[in-house]
Amino acid sequence: MNACQVSVWAAMVAAVVGAEERPPLRAIYEDPTLDPPLTEIDRRVYPELEPLGIRPKLCSDAVFIRRLFLDAAGVLPSAADAAAFLADTNANKRAIWIDRVLDRPEFADYWAMKWSDLLRVKAEFPVNLWPNAAQAFHRWIRESLRANKPYDQFVREMLVTNGSNFRVGPVNFYRAVQNRNPEGWATAVALIFMGTRVEHWPSHRLAGMSMVFTELSIKPTKEWKEEIVFWDPDLPAKVAATGGAAVVAGPRVAEFPDGTKVELRGDRDPREILADWLITPTNQWFATVMANRVWSWLLGRGIVHEPDDFRPDNPPSNPALLEYLRAEFVAQKFDVKHLFRLILNSRTWQHSSVATADELAKAEGTFAFYPMRRLEAEVLIDAINKVTGSTELYTSPIPEPFTFVPETKSAVALPDGSITSPFLELFGRPARATGMENERSNRPIPAQWMHLLNSSHIQQKIQASATIAAIAQPNRKLPEIAEDIYLLVLSRRPTAPEIERLAAYEQKGVVRGRDLWNDIVWALINTDEFLYRH
Amino acid sequence: MTANRAFPDPRDGISRREALRRTGVGAAALMAGAARADAPAAPPAATARSVIQVFLWGGMSHSDTWDPKPDAGYDYTGTFNKAIKTNVDGILLSDLFPMLAKQADKFSLIRGMTHGNNGHETAAYLMQTGHMPGERLAYPAIGAVFALFKGYQAGYKGLIPPYVVLTRPQGRFSESGFLGSKFKPFATGGDPNAPRFEVEGVVARGITDQRQAARRDLLNEMNVLAGATPDHPELAHSRECREQAYNLILGEGKDVFDLSKEDPKLRDRYGRHTFGQSCLVARRLVEAGVPYVTINYPGGWDTHSNHFATMSRQCPQLDQGLATLLQDLHDRGLLESTIVWCCGEFGRTPKVDWQPPWNGGRNHFGKVFTVLVAGGGFKGGRVVGATDDKGEEIKERPVYPIDLLGSIYRLAGIDPDAKLPHPLGYDARVLASTEAGAKTAGLLTEIM
Repeated sequence: MNACQVSVWAAMVAAVVGAEERPPLRAIYEDPTLDPPLTEIDRRVYPELEPLGIRPKLCSDAVFIRRLFLDAAGVLPSAADAAAFLADTNANKRAIWIDRVLDRPEFADYWAMKWSDLLRVKAEFPVNLWPNAAQAFHRWIRESLRANKPYDQFVREMLVTNGSNFRVGPVNFYRAVQNRNPEGWATAVALIFMGTRVEHWPSHRLAGMSMVFTELSIKPTKEWKEEIVFWDPDLPAKVAATGGAAVVAGPRVAEFPDGTKVELRGDRDPREILADWLITPTNQWFATVMANRVWSWLLGRGIVHEPDDFRPDNPPSNPALLEYLRAEFVAQKFDVKHLFRLILNSRTWQHSSVATADELAKAEGTFAFYPMRRLEAEVLIDAINKVTGSTELYTSPIPEPFTFVPETKSAVALPDGSITSPFLELFGRPARATGMENERSNRPIPAQWMHLLNSSHIQQKIQASATIAAIAQPNRKLPEIAEDIYLLVLSRRPTAPEIERLAAYEQKGVVRGRDLWNDIVWALINTDEFLYRH
Repeated sequence: MTANRAFPDPRDGISRREALRRTGVGAAALMAGAARADAPAAPPAATARSVIQVFLWGGMSHSDTWDPKPDAGYDYTGTFNKAIKTNVDGILLSDLFPMLAKQADKFSLIRGMTHGNNGHETAAYLMQTGHMPGERLAYPAIGAVFALFKGYQAGYKGLIPPYVVLTRPQGRFSESGFLGSKFKPFATGGDPNAPRFEVEGVVARGITDQRQAARRDLLNEMNVLAGATPDHPELAHSRECREQAYNLILGEGKDVFDLSKEDPKLRDRYGRHTFGQSCLVARRLVEAGVPYVTINYPGGWDTHSNHFATMSRQCPQLDQGLATLLQDLHDRGLLESTIVWCCGEFGRTPKVDWQPPWNGGRNHFGKVFTVLVAGGGFKGGRVVGATDDKGEEIKERPVYPIDLLGSIYRLAGIDPDAKLPHPLGYDARVLASTEAGAKTAGLLTEIM
């Protein structure tokens, strides 16, 4: 959009709102009166903002409650929760509600989805876990997050466990790679737990690290597609005997990326040696990478960006902030929820998202504004279903006969990347092929907007909605209905100008009765306020 | 070109097989010739502007259709033991295809198509990406590659997205691969044979144009976050997407899907069924300049059981739609610039499985099957390759996936060795290279 179009747009909005005699639109979204004390996080963020002349404002209560539910749990707040929060007069209410949302079961569902993207939990193509194994892996991930298992323990279980892919969830870490060989496993460990891409490593480093997986074996059982992942100290000799690799004379030595060398003597599973090296408070990658990931999940951008691309020539934008998060994470014994709580309680995460293009350009990488991001495919369809009270059909064609999922299941809670729907595919659900954070694309394309604006799929959900019918009863007045509808869809009350606009649409007489509210809900679902985290 | 001289035109009076026998030239030597002709100094000018791909999901039998073996005996033919002559001497088709038989001068048949893969997903991936399944990267299908090299980044300006699927996506592999959702096909949904072709997102059920316009105004007024932050780059992008969507919803773009603008007699000729009318929509899309259209056949060809009844029902519709499409493209002068290709992910076992539970079915057969190609620079009236008298083995001129896809890319002016933009900057090319182990027997220069 060029400058001319911007001014036309602004003029149009101003004309509609009647800017002179009314509060500015941004008053809906930010609250300049809020001025809580700086947290430790803010103490490391604000010094960067002062030279830029930016004095961040905090988001309004209505924005806060919606953002909290979406960011921490991947769901919309119910209209009742939104109203309860707005009515809450406790001065400390934001901190109280943060704890409340972090305890919700949807927290585990949502972050299990995120981890399942990274760990590639998918029955078939291009990663082939097979449905039973995908379910077992997802169940273990979700249960770990629900119990807030310390991150070091979470990773150790994946790295060192032996057993059946159907019965022991974490062993599927080694099966969920496209190349099931030592280099493939080393590449996955480097990416997921060290946040580094082996493409940027010097050539010998991958070979040195891969050595720890040369005794890892996978064998079938008599059950169809069941496999046992186990330590087989004799494997290198067997591979050599069958001509699979040249016999290496002398001791077998693995070299970790920091130069640490260990001799593999066959008396201990080398994966345990790897875990002992990686999972320590002093390892330069382990805690830092996870702390940075959580930050990037909540703030839309890593302090090291992208969060899985740590390397010397990609330094953190705010080293003091990253070091603080790392130290807190280690001091609290790898408690992931503690990191969430720290960040969500900061002013920084609660910043307003309202900003001009100039301000955004000036403030890039400083976290001066909360970043607007389109809701992920799964979160978006769950939100639409929640608003309309409808459900969705999810199926997997693998294997035949096809898998069908109970209709009450949310998209976020789907355990297996092969279980899907056309909507999820259209809106950029990742293929779970690489484990890269950037595999998921939330950038809109016109076909998605066509679907939202004009598909029978969305229209049907609105028209058939019992939730809307219950609110838009013929005997109720327009402002009453509008209040309930706005709380339901946008988690806030409508402003007076907004109610006037709805009344004007009714006056126009294009549609009547229930269709009036169908059109209004349709319009609200298509606003950027609904579609974006803001 | 040497390759063309080595493969005489069947209309010259001798068959290819006969020519080979007489000259004593083996397939290997021919392939070497083809390979030499394959490496010209400068790439030839593109002849194909658009592609229509008819995909027969499930895998259509080759021996009951376009590579008939009427004398192979009942255990092989079942009840389909009749072949008919076509308008090209020496080319026979199964009698399930009387209309295509009258268009044989417009298409060629590749009877030695092979990849040896018998899994639906993996074979479909192989046939549409040209890459081996199980590699580290999930490659985009040929339609997404066209969307990349012939779409908006290459100057395409149409309102209709550059890669359209009629009417449903395949669902079993990601057509766009690592290129991402921007290059996914636009799937129309709906049924072009219904009284109103309701294209998902374009033509909505029960919403008048007046109400559409009123709702659009309402949305603009209620979109106050965009009003509060009018030049926010994220929301500016959202607005652009919305405007583009509305250009299609309220503008003239959607007329391309309005089959009531066609002569009812022509609609009858295409066949009043979903496949026939899909072919007609495909022609209208190509006329509008859309670079790549895939028709996923509205019915499966995975005939492990109930084979003969399914074929008797589906083949006449395939015959009618495809034959009329070729004739219609030809009549409008579009065939020269439009490639049409049609096949499934594999063929089916030439020997009928009479045992329960199949009771007269055919199973997956990636070893050999037939592909139909026409237009856009492909010659008509030729047969490439041959199978033995049961349709079980290739006797001459195998054609591998990269040979077929490479030929289509060549005719469209897309370099098969061009780099694809991988998000991590991996070295990913349009087609797998032979150095990396991809099998090849040379481009289809004999029919180009």
